[in-house]
Amino acid sequence: MSMKISTRHVDGVTILDLGGRITLGEGSVQLRDAVRDLLGKGQKKILLNLGDVNYIDSSGIGELVSAYTTVRNQGGELKLLNLTRKVHDLLQITKLYTVFDVKDDEASAIASYAQA
Amino acid sequence: MTGQQASRITYTLDSSLDSVNKVEETAEQMARKAGVDEDNIFRISMAVREAAVNAVLHGNAYDPEKRMTASFENTGTSLVIRITDEGKGLDPSTLPDPLAPENLLRGSGRGIFLIRSFMDEVHFRQLHPGTELTLIKHLGPAEAGA
Repeated sequence: MSMKISTRHVDGVTILDLGGRITLGEGSVQLRDAVRDLLGKGQKKILLNLGDVNYIDSSGIGELVSAYTTVRNQGGELKLLNLTRKVHDLLQITKLYTVFDVKDDEASAIASYAQA
Repeated sequence: MTGQQASRITYTLDSSLDSVNKVEETAEQMARKAGVDEDNIFRISMAVREAAVNAVLHGNAYDPEKRMTASFENTGTSLVIRITDEGKGLDPSTLPDPLAPENLLRGSGRGIFLIRSFMDEVHFRQLHPGTELTLIKHLGPAEAGA
């Protein structure tokens, strides 16, 4: 039930490809650590690819929110890509869908980041 | 530890994430066996997971001396899941509204809201000590009596 995470860099944007479950415990901690690590390296344009995330609980949602505010507070941008229907519906129910910048195409997501 | 009375199954579990996972899996199996559709299986198992997290994390604070109980019952017309903890008790009226603008960017506080969104009835009962949370999902005509 753990979360898988891998990192790629495209045109100055760091993409975290997440898979599995983002839940209380392992998944949410992995996400938090990964974002913190990127910020520590000065990588502030972050795109979370949630295309393979099949489950997220309220702790996972909270971690997405915390990641978003942390990156924003450090002058960066964090966006979401490829929401599954379940994650999309959860963000809608919790009124977070309009808080995040949600993309369904990687190329346009990368192009949407402000140029340094 | 399990007990069975009529169609009710009850587990007494330690305050751990493994227990939360077990409760979630049991809820999913119960819903699937009852013939619930996939979307509602997800909603039920997620609501039950949130209740179990509340019991383990907020109620029992992962205290190894404290237990969570989870009971699962198919009444024929409803699925009834009861989760109890041995904590200080929870007054749901004091919970902040996670949809309020000032709370929207909080990192926590959405669990009870999601439970209420996904289940047909949610009841709180103070046990002194502890809290019992009852989650009820009414079965549709195709599922009732399955």
